[in-house]
Amino acid sequence: MSKKSKFVWFPTPYHSLLLWLVWQILHEFSRGHMVLGAVFAIVIPWIVAPLSEKEPVAKNPLKVLLYLLRLVQDIIVSNFEVAKRVLQSNRHLKPAFIAVPITISEPLPLTIFTSSVSLTPGTCSVELSDDKQWLYVHVLHLEDEQKLIAQIKQRYEAPIKEIFQC
Amino acid sequence: MTNILEIVVSFLLVLGAIIMLIGSIGLAKLPDYFTRLHAPTKASTLGVGCILIASMVYFSFDLGRLNLKEFLITMFLFITAPIAAHMLAKAGLQYKVKLKEDTYNKDLSAKAYLHKAPDED
Repeated sequence: MSKKSKFVWFPTPYHSLLLWLVWQILHEFSRGHMVLGAVFAIVIPWIVAPLSEKEPVAKNPLKVLLYLLRLVQDIIVSNFEVAKRVLQSNRHLKPAFIAVPITISEPLPLTIFTSSVSLTPGTCSVELSDDKQWLYVHVLHLEDEQKLIAQIKQRYEAPIKEIFQC
Repeated sequence: MTNILEIVVSFLLVLGAIIMLIGSIGLAKLPDYFTRLHAPTKASTLGVGCILIASMVYFSFDLGRLNLKEFLITMFLFITAPIAAHMLAKAGLQYKVKLKEDTYNKDLSAKAYLHKAPDED
């Protein structure tokens, strides 16, 4: 197999960088740990890379950053909305299940998408249909079903599809 | 300088504590299993986030160098919280917990349990 004959120094460069950075943060950027972290960041991907399945890679780091910033903003804004709902009477609450049609099928983008839906307060992803065409979402307070589905698709699904180009 | 720092840190601590309190109130008072799932999982991410940022700011100034360990905790929290919520929701479907009477689209929960598309029989 051609995959084995070719030697690659950094089979998963992003993972190597992340590993090194996390090691540095844990050990407060001392010189010895910079070297030790670098050794780990090089050797561990050699061992682990053949085990992991091929995942789509984000092409544009800037877009990933923009997406994360928007996610944090959404989490903060809608957290206050949920707080308001919690403090009001239960009688005004309209909980609902909705089914969101989805077009992502790769495991990693799908995980990020469903996690984003769960993290933004007010919505919680419950289950996928077997054909990965529908995501069931529980909503704490539903005003307008179609509007919410459109919002989820536009705010989270579209950017993830763009980032991973799938 | 230390005054402003103290104000920022205590503001973040109080805000975080209030958010966590509201999450706990939600856990106690919301009507059914699935609505109860919302309050604590979400409030914990933002509430704990606020408290960790406060800790990060305080210790960065106190030790005189950048302290980012709390940032790692926040990251892991943001990765694991939705997974926990998802597993709890799945468990709720499995046990067919009682839903609030006027839950909209109640029958979708049965479809979700069977992993079917909503228009499938």
